[in-house]
Amino acid sequence: MRFISQLDRDSDSYRRNRADMLALVDRLRALEARPMALSEERRARMEARGQITPRDRLARLLDPGLPFVQLHSLAGYMVDSADPETSVPGASVIIGIGFVSGVRCMVVVDDSGIKAGAMTEMTAAAFLSAQEVALKQRLPFLHLVESAGANLMEYRVELWAHGGKLFRNLARLSAAGIPNIAVLHGPSTAGGAYMPGLADYVVGVRKNGMAALAGAALVHAATGERANDRDLGGSEMHAQTSGLVEYLAEDDAHGIEIARQVVAALDWNKALPARPTPAEIGPPLDPEDLAGLVPVDYRVPYDMRELAARVVDGGIFQDFKPRYGVSTVCLQAAIHGIAVGIIGNNGPIDPDGATKAAQFIQLCGQSDTPLIFLNNTTGYMVGTAYEQAGMIKHGAKMIQAVTSVDVPRITLYVGASFGAGNYGMSGYAYEPDFLFAWPNATTGVMGGEQAAGTMAMVARAGAARKGQELDEARLAKQSAMIAAHFDRQSDAFYTSGRCLDHGVIDPRDTRRVLGFCLHTCREARARRVKPGSYGVARF
Amino acid sequence: MRFDTLLIANRGEIAARIIRTAREMGLRTVAVYTSADAGAPHVALADHAVWIGEGPVGDSYLNVERILDAARQSGAGAIHPGYGFLSENAGFARAVAAAGLVFVGPDAAAIEAMGNKAEAKRLMLAAGVPCVSGYQGADQSDAALTREAEQIGYPLMVKAAAGGGGRGMRLVQSSDTLTEALARARAEALGAFGSDELILERAIVEPRHVEFQVFGDAHGALIHLGERDCSVQRRHQKVIEEAPCPVMTPDLRAEMGAAAVAAARAVEYRGAGTVEFLLDASGGFYFLEMNTRLQVEHPVTEMVTGLDLVALQLQVAQGDPLPLTQDDLRIDGHAIEVRLYAEDPAAGFLPAIGPVLRWRPADGAGLRVDAGIAQGQQIAPHYDPMLAKIIAHGPSRAVALARLARAVADTVLLGTATNSAFLADLLALPEFAEGRATTGLLARSYPEGYGADAPEPRDVALMVAVLMQHDRDTALAAAGPIPPELLGWTSAPVLPRSLRVETGGQVFDCTAGAGPGGWRIGVADAQFEIELDQRGDGLRARLGGETHDLLAHVAGDTVYMASGAQRLTLRRQRPGAPDAEALGGGRVTAPMPGLVQSVSVAEGGEVAKGQTLAVLEAMKMQHQITAPVAGRVTRQHVAPGAQLAAGDVMFEIEEEESA
Repeated sequence: MRFISQLDRDSDSYRRNRADMLALVDRLRALEARPMALSEERRARMEARGQITPRDRLARLLDPGLPFVQLHSLAGYMVDSADPETSVPGASVIIGIGFVSGVRCMVVVDDSGIKAGAMTEMTAAAFLSAQEVALKQRLPFLHLVESAGANLMEYRVELWAHGGKLFRNLARLSAAGIPNIAVLHGPSTAGGAYMPGLADYVVGVRKNGMAALAGAALVHAATGERANDRDLGGSEMHAQTSGLVEYLAEDDAHGIEIARQVVAALDWNKALPARPTPAEIGPPLDPEDLAGLVPVDYRVPYDMRELAARVVDGGIFQDFKPRYGVSTVCLQAAIHGIAVGIIGNNGPIDPDGATKAAQFIQLCGQSDTPLIFLNNTTGYMVGTAYEQAGMIKHGAKMIQAVTSVDVPRITLYVGASFGAGNYGMSGYAYEPDFLFAWPNATTGVMGGEQAAGTMAMVARAGAARKGQELDEARLAKQSAMIAAHFDRQSDAFYTSGRCLDHGVIDPRDTRRVLGFCLHTCREARARRVKPGSYGVARF
Repeated sequence: MRFDTLLIANRGEIAARIIRTAREMGLRTVAVYTSADAGAPHVALADHAVWIGEGPVGDSYLNVERILDAARQSGAGAIHPGYGFLSENAGFARAVAAAGLVFVGPDAAAIEAMGNKAEAKRLMLAAGVPCVSGYQGADQSDAALTREAEQIGYPLMVKAAAGGGGRGMRLVQSSDTLTEALARARAEALGAFGSDELILERAIVEPRHVEFQVFGDAHGALIHLGERDCSVQRRHQKVIEEAPCPVMTPDLRAEMGAAAVAAARAVEYRGAGTVEFLLDASGGFYFLEMNTRLQVEHPVTEMVTGLDLVALQLQVAQGDPLPLTQDDLRIDGHAIEVRLYAEDPAAGFLPAIGPVLRWRPADGAGLRVDAGIAQGQQIAPHYDPMLAKIIAHGPSRAVALARLARAVADTVLLGTATNSAFLADLLALPEFAEGRATTGLLARSYPEGYGADAPEPRDVALMVAVLMQHDRDTALAAAGPIPPELLGWTSAPVLPRSLRVETGGQVFDCTAGAGPGGWRIGVADAQFEIELDQRGDGLRARLGGETHDLLAHVAGDTVYMASGAQRLTLRRQRPGAPDAEALGGGRVTAPMPGLVQSVSVAEGGEVAKGQTLAVLEAMKMQHQITAPVAGRVTRQHVAPGAQLAAGDVMFEIEEEESA
C-alpha cells in the first residue's frame, strides 16, 4: 500500500530540521572540497609537465553522464590533523564505483596534487576497503598511479606491516578472475612498484610514468651505481626492455584512453543475463523532504516510514508486523525495481523488535532479497523487565541472523547507532556490502551524555563508599570532558575519517546510492568469473 | 509508334522524377544503374533495373551500346534521356531510332543544329531571332580568334561551340588574357564535349538570364510555357531559378515567347526544349542557346502552370497532339528553385563526397523537393554533385521566397558537405529578395569567395552535448539498464571532463559535465546548460530557456548537425593521435579524389605561396592545386595521369625560413 505521509512541511520542526541538515550537507561538501582545492593548486605545475590533474584523469576515465558513487571521500579526516578546521580529508586518494566503457568498475586515483600523492595514515585503509569491495562485488579494478609512496617522515612499522595487504589483494583479485588495470602516470617506487607489478594490465605514460624498486638516489646509496630514473624505471624502458608495461601512452589523456579500451575489450558484461526492466511504478515521495524530515539531534524521534517512503519505488511498501516490536520497523519494498527488505529503528531495539528483525532477516535470506538497514537506534533496551524477557538471547539471535544471512546487505547510518544495536543493525564490523552515513549520524559504544552520566554515577558511588565529599565542580568538568571525548569520536565525519564506513552521503541522494549499490550487488552475484589458483604472472 | 515500357537513361533526382510520372501514366519503367548507384532510389523506384557498369560514366550512363542493350534486354519501347549524359547527343538519338525505339526528345537533326553554338547562331540570325554580335567562324586559329575579338571588343565571352552548362565558357576582360582563356576553354571543351571549336561573343554586362520553355508535337504545334529567370549563377552554373521573371511584362513575354517559338520552329522542334536569352537592363534580349532536352529547372514552370512537363513529353513521344494551345497558358503565382549540391562553398565550392547519414527533405504547403538520394547511400565521385532541387510555390514571389528559405533550412543532408548555408545566404541577399538579381550577382556579392561564418560557441556546445549524449548512450547500451534517475548523478562532485574538438577549421578546448538535467558544456569562456531529448528522428535541445530542434548524427568521433541552414561538422581530437598542425604546412594533399591533369613544378624547384603546382580534374572541374607556403619542392609524389584518392600526398614543400 502507498504510505500516507503525516509530514507537515509548514511546521517549525520541519524547517528547523531542514536547516540543520542542509548545514551538515554543506559541511560535507566543504570538507570534500578541501582536497579538491588543495590538489587544484598544483594544476599549473602538472600541466607544465604535460600532465593532467588527477581529477581530470578521473573525469576522462568515466563514461559521461553515467552515475558515480564516491567512497571514502572523508578518509583521513581528523587523522592527519586534530583540528577539524584544517584537516584535509581524502587521504590523497580518490575512490569510487563508476562506469568505464559501460563497465561498472572500482576506480582508484592517486591524488598526486597533494604531497605528490604520498600515502597518508588512512590511505592504505581506504585502498584496502576499495579492494575488498572490488573483490566482493566482482568489479574490475582500475588504479591511476602517481604516488611518492610512503612518507618516510611519518614512518610507522605497522603501516608497512598492514600495507603488504594492498599487494596481496591485487594478487587475490587477479586470482579471483577480476582484472586489475594500472595506468602509470607518475612515479611508483619501492613497494609501490608492485602496484604495476601485480596489475594484470599496465599502461605506462611516456616521460612521467616510472616504476622502480629504488630511485636513482637510493641506488647510489645502496650500490654506488650512478643511474638515472628513466633508465631505472621509465615507461619507455618497461615497455621495451623489462616488459612490465603493456601499453605505452603518449600522455596522460592517451593513457586513460587506452585504459578505457582495455576495459572495453574485457566484454565484462557478456555473461550477464538480460534483466527485466523495472516496472514503471514511479518515483517515491519527494526525496528533497529527507533533508527536513529527520532531526539532526538523534534524541528527537521520527517515523522511519517517512524516510523509507522517500526512498522506495512509488513510496509503496508492506509493513511487516507493524504492531509487534513497534520500535523496530520492517518493510518490504523495491528500489529501482529491485525488491528489498528494510529494517529501521524508531527507537531502541526491545526483545520483540529483535525477534521480529531476526525473523525478517531469515525470511529475506530464504527469498534471496537484499536487506537495507536504516540505523537510528540508541541500542538494545536495558532494564530488569527487558533482561528478564531475554534481551540478551533475542539480541544475540538478531546478531546471528545478520552475520549469517547471505543476501546483499546495505547499511545506512541515518541517526544514532550505538553499542550492540549497531552490531545487530549490520554495522561496520559485520561487513555489509555497502555502508554509508548521513552527515548527522552518530555512532559509538554510547552517546557522550550517556557516558558522562555513567561515569558521574560511578564517581558518586565511589565517593559514597569511601565516605568522601564529592568535588561537584571537578565532576562537572570531568563529565563535560567525557561527553566531548565521546561526541567528537561519534561524529559521522570523524568516523568516516577512520574509514569506518564507505563514505558520507547527502541524505537526498539516499535512493540513488541505494539503487546504485543494489544494482552493483546484483551484477556481482550474476557475474561468472573464472578464478584460478594463482594470479596471472608476467613472464 | 506507341510504347508501354520506358527506359530512363539517367540517374539521381531526374530519373526518380521521370519514373514517378511514367508510372502515373501506366507505363512500365526500367532504370539503369552502376555498382556505385546500386543503393540509389531510382533503382528501387523503377519496376525493373538493369546494371550497366561499375561507376565511371564512360562505361555506363554515357555508353550508348550498354544503354541500348539494357533497353533490348528489358523490352523497353522508348528511352528518356533526362538531362546531361546522352540527352543532347545526336548520335545517341539516331542510334535509339535505328534500334527501333522511341527517343523521348527532338529529332537528331534538331539536336545537332542546336548543339553547335556556331551553327545555331547562324540559323537564328537567319530566322530573325535577335543574337549577340560575335564570331562563329570555321577559322579557329589563335590569330583569327584574336583578330575577331578586337572587332567585337572587350569584355567578351569565349564559349565551346559544342558546349552547354557553362563548361568551356570564359569571360575575358582584355586582350592580355585572351590567349590563356582560349587554351583553357579548348582543353575543357575537348574534355567535356569532344570538340575544341570555340565561338566568341560580345559580353552583355550584368544581364539577366531568361529562358523560355517551348513544346512542340509531331503534328506541327509549337507553343511556349512562359519563362524562367535563372540569373543567379556561379561560374555559369545556375544556382537559383524562378518563374515568372520578376521584371517580365505581358508585352515582353509575348515578344520573347514569339522569338523562342521562332527559334524552335527553325529546327522543326518536337518535345520539350528551352530557348535561353540574355535580357539587358533596357529590355533588349539576345539568343544565347537552345537546350534540346528537359531542363533541371523545369519544376518552377510546372508549379506556376500546373502542367506536368514529363507527361507532356511522353504524350508527344507517343505521337499524341499537345493537349493545350498557347491561349490556354496560365501563370499562377510564383515559384523559386534552388539546387542543393554536395560541395563545400567555404572551400572554393569543392565538390564533396561521402555518406548520406541522414536525409530529411522539407515538407509543407507549396513545397516540392526533387531528390534522388537515400539515407545510407554514398555520394560517389563519378557523378554530378547536384543532390536535390528544393522548389517553393506561393501566390506571390514574397511568399514563395519565404517558404523556400524555410525549406532550405529544413532540408537536411548530413554526412557530406552541402551548400545549404550558402543557399540560405543567397536567398537573403537584398538584391535577390527585391528581384533585382543579374548574372553578376554572385561575383559582386562574394568578391573574395564565400566564407562560412565562424562557428558559434553555442553551436559548438550543442555538438559537444550531442557527442557526450552519444558516448553516454553507447556506454549505457554496454552497461545494461541503469535507472534513468541515476543518469547524470554522482554522489560527490566530479570535475567536468575536458576534451578538444575541431569544427570549421578551428580548435576548441571544451569541458563537459553531466547533471541530472543534462549537460554543462564549457566552450572558451562561456558555459552552456543543455538538455537534449529525442523528438521524432531529431533532437529537441533546451538551452538557456530556449528550445531548438536539431537534426544530428554521430559517426565515430564526428558529429554532424543541422542548425538552421548551417550544416556543421565537429570532430573530437583523440589524445595520442598526431596533431593536424604537426603534419606541417608543407604537405600538399589531394583535396578530393581526381585525375592529375598537369604538374607545373619539379622536385627542387622554388615555389611562391599560392603558386599553382598541379591541376587536378575531379567531378568534371579543374582544380588548381596551389602551394600553401613558399619554399622548395622536396618531393613530388604525383605525375600527370595519376588517379588520386582524397588525402593522397601530392607534394612536400620545405618552407623557406621567414625573417
